[in-house]
Amino acid sequence: MQTINFLKPNRDNIKNYSIIGSFLVLVSLIDVISNAFLKINLTSFLPGSLTTLFPLIIGLIGLNMMRIDYSGNKKLDLLNKNINTNNFNALLTLLILFSIIKALPQSLSWMIFDATISGDSKDACTGTGACWTYIKVWFRRFMYGMYPNEFHWRINTAFILVIALGFVGYFMKENLKKYLALYYVIIYPVIAYLVIYYLISGGSFGLQWVETGAWGGLSLTFIVSFFCLIFCFPLGMIFALGRRSNLPAIKYISICYIEFWRGVPLITVLFMSSVMFPMFLPEDFFMDKLVRVIIAITLFEAAYCAEVIRGGLQSLPRGQYDAAKSLGMGYWKMHIFVILPQALKLVIPGIANTFLALVKDTPLIFVVGLAELAGMLALAKTNPKWLGFAMEGYIFASIVFWIICYAMSKYSYNLEAKYKTER
Amino acid sequence: MNNIIKRYIPQILVILFVVLIFGFLTLNAQTNMDNRGIDFGFGFLSQESSFDVQFSLIEYSGSDSYARAFLVGLLNTLLVSFISIIICTILGVIIGVARLSSNYLIKNSAAWYVEFFRNIPLLLQIFFWYYAALRALPMPEKADAWFGVTYMTVKGYYIPSMVWENLNVFLYCGLAAIIAIIVLRNYANKLRDTQGKQIPVLLYSVGLLIVLPLLSFLFGGVSLEFEIPDLKKLSKISYIYEGGISLPPELIALVLALSLYTSTFVAECVRAGIEGVSKGQKEAAASVGLTPNQVLKLVIMPQALRIIIPPTTNQYLNLTKNSSLAAAIAYPDLVLVFAGTALMQTGKAIEIVSITMLTYLTISLTIAAIMNWYNKKIEIKEK
Repeated sequence: MQTINFLKPNRDNIKNYSIIGSFLVLVSLIDVISNAFLKINLTSFLPGSLTTLFPLIIGLIGLNMMRIDYSGNKKLDLLNKNINTNNFNALLTLLILFSIIKALPQSLSWMIFDATISGDSKDACTGTGACWTYIKVWFRRFMYGMYPNEFHWRINTAFILVIALGFVGYFMKENLKKYLALYYVIIYPVIAYLVIYYLISGGSFGLQWVETGAWGGLSLTFIVSFFCLIFCFPLGMIFALGRRSNLPAIKYISICYIEFWRGVPLITVLFMSSVMFPMFLPEDFFMDKLVRVIIAITLFEAAYCAEVIRGGLQSLPRGQYDAAKSLGMGYWKMHIFVILPQALKLVIPGIANTFLALVKDTPLIFVVGLAELAGMLALAKTNPKWLGFAMEGYIFASIVFWIICYAMSKYSYNLEAKYKTER
Repeated sequence: MNNIIKRYIPQILVILFVVLIFGFLTLNAQTNMDNRGIDFGFGFLSQESSFDVQFSLIEYSGSDSYARAFLVGLLNTLLVSFISIIICTILGVIIGVARLSSNYLIKNSAAWYVEFFRNIPLLLQIFFWYYAALRALPMPEKADAWFGVTYMTVKGYYIPSMVWENLNVFLYCGLAAIIAIIVLRNYANKLRDTQGKQIPVLLYSVGLLIVLPLLSFLFGGVSLEFEIPDLKKLSKISYIYEGGISLPPELIALVLALSLYTSTFVAECVRAGIEGVSKGQKEAAASVGLTPNQVLKLVIMPQALRIIIPPTTNQYLNLTKNSSLAAAIAYPDLVLVFAGTALMQTGKAIEIVSITMLTYLTISLTIAAIMNWYNKKIEIKEK
C-alpha cells in the first residue's frame, strides 16, 4: 500500500495535489470533448486501446490525488463528498461524465442543429437531422385525430368547459361544501357527459354530427381517461366497501369481481369489449365502439380503484368505527359522514397513481380500432407521402406523454407529502 | 327478527341482481348465437388450425390443432416474460441500489432513468424499439459481428446455437451439484449452530457448480459444439443467416421495452426495501463487530428482502400481463395467436376470449396464492 500512497494527499500538501489533480481531470475531459465534438483524437500517438482508456486513467489518477477526508476548502470537500468518495465512485463518475459528453453532440445535432422544421412536405427534409416538419404538418391529426379541422374549436371549448366545471368545487361557498361529494360523484359526470356529447359529437343546436370513429389523437386519450376516472371511482368505492362488508355474499362477490379484473391484461378486456361484448347485448341494440371501450376500461380500473380505496379504509383506526357506532349511526350514515371522508382523503395519492396508469394504458385502445396518439402515429407512419419518419413520430409522442405523466406523478407525490404531514 | 332481515335482505338482493345480470347476458348470447347460427362448444380445439406461426418453441405447423396453437402462444408468452423478468431484475437491482448511492451523479442518473422510462406508455416504448430503433439496424450482409459470433441485423439477432452430445449426463451432473450444495449448506448451518465453526459455503458452492459439470465433460462423454450463424445468399439482393438461433426483432423489441419499463418499478421496490430497514439495525450490527459485508448480508438484506419481494412479484405479474401487448407488433404470443388469428378463423368469440382471460387469470392467481403463502411464512412473528 505504501507504494501508491505517494498519490494520497494530506492536509499540508493538499493545495499542490488538488491543483495537479484538477489539471489531470481537466486534461481527460478535454480529451473526451475534443474527441466527441471536434472529432480530433489528441492522443493518437498512443497505441490502440490505450487511446480510449487514456482519459479514464488520467481522470482516475487526478481524482485520486484530490481525495482527502477533510481539507477545509469548501468546494473541494463538496466535490469529494458527492462524486469522489472512493476509487469505484470516481470511476463511475468519470464513466457517466464521458458517456454524457459522447452522447450529447450526436443527439443534439440530430434533434436540433441538423433538424428541419420549415416547409410542409417531405421534400423539405434533406438534412441528416430529424424532420420536425413531419410533426408540424401532422400536428392537428396527432391532437384531434380525423376530426374535421374546422370543428376543432368544439373540442377545445368542451375541454375548457369541463375543466372549468371541475374547479367549481374550489369556489363553492362554505355552506354548500357538504354537497361537494354529491356534485363530483353524480352531477359533474352527468354535466361533463352532456357537454362532451353535445359539443364534440354534435348533432343538435346546429352543430354537425361527428361520429366517434373520427375522434382521435391526444384529445381522445383525455376523453377516455377522463370518463374512465370519473366512472371508475364510485364503482371502485362500492366494491371496496363490499369487500370489507361482513355479509358473506356481498364480500365474496366483490372479491371475485376485483380479483378477476386484476388478473387479466387490459388488452384481453378490450378484445372482449370488441368481439365478445356485442354477443351479450340484446338484438338490434347498437352500442358505440367508444362507449364500449369506456365501459370496459371503467370496469377494469374500478377493480384497481377498489383496492386503493380499501387500503384507505383499512388504515383508519378502529376507534373511528366504534365512535361512529356509539353515536348510534347506522352503516350508511357511519360511512358517508365519518369513514369515507377520512379514507378518501388518504387515498387521493393512490387514486392519482391509478389514474396515471390509466392514462398510460389508453394507447391500448388501438386494438379496437380507435386511433389515439399512438394509433395516429401508426397511421401517419404508413402514409406513402411520409414514409420513414417513425423515429420522429415516436419521439414526439414520447415527449408528450412523458410531460403529462411526469407532471401527474410529481403532483401525486406532492399530494402524498401534503397528506402525510397532516396526520 | 330485525337482525335477520338486516343481514339477509341485502345479500339476497345482491345475489338476485347478479343472477339477473348474468341471466340477461346469457339469454342475449343464446338468442344472438341462434340467430347467427353459431353453436357454443370447445370442440374446435381439436380441429386442424391451418395457420402458421412465425416463431415457436415447439414443433408446430398448420396441420396441428388449435389446442397446440394455444400452447405455442402460451409458451411464447412465458418465454418473453421469463427473459424480461431476468433482465428487469438485474437492471432494477442495479438502479435501485444506485439511487441510494452517495455519488451525486450516479444517484441522479438513476433517478432520471426511473423517471424517464416509467412515464412513457409501454406501448409507445414497444413501438419505438420495433418501428424506429430496430429498423435502423443493418441488413444481414452488412452486419458486423458482435463478439465475433453474433449478428444484430434488421431481420433479428443471430446467436450461435449449442449442439450437445449426452446432454442428459451434463444435466444430471448439474442436478447433483445443486443437491450437494443444499446438503453442504444444511451441514454448515448445523456445524455453526452446534460448534460455532464457519465454513465458506459460497466458495465451495461455486467450486462444486464448476467442477461437477466439468467432470462430466472429461469423463461423461459430454461434448458441446457451437453452431455459428453463417451468411448465405438467397438471391442477388437477399441474404440470410443459416444455422444458430435467430431471435426475431419482435421478441427483442418486446424484451427491451418490457424489461426497461418494469426495471424502473423494480428499482423503486428495491430502494423502498433498503430504505425501509431502519438505521438502528445497521448501527447495532456494526456495533457488535460485523464487517460491512456481513452487515449487508446478514442484517440488511434479509430484512430488506422481506419488504422487496412482495411488490416485486406484483411487478413480475404486471410484466407477464403487459407482455400481451406483443399483439401490437405481431409477436406470436397467446393473445395474437389465440385471441387474434384463431378467433378470426373460428369465430368462436366467447370461448376463445374466455380461455385467454382464464389463462392469464390462472397465472395471476397461482402466483398470488404462492405470494400469500410466502408472506405468511416470512411475517415477523411478534411475541
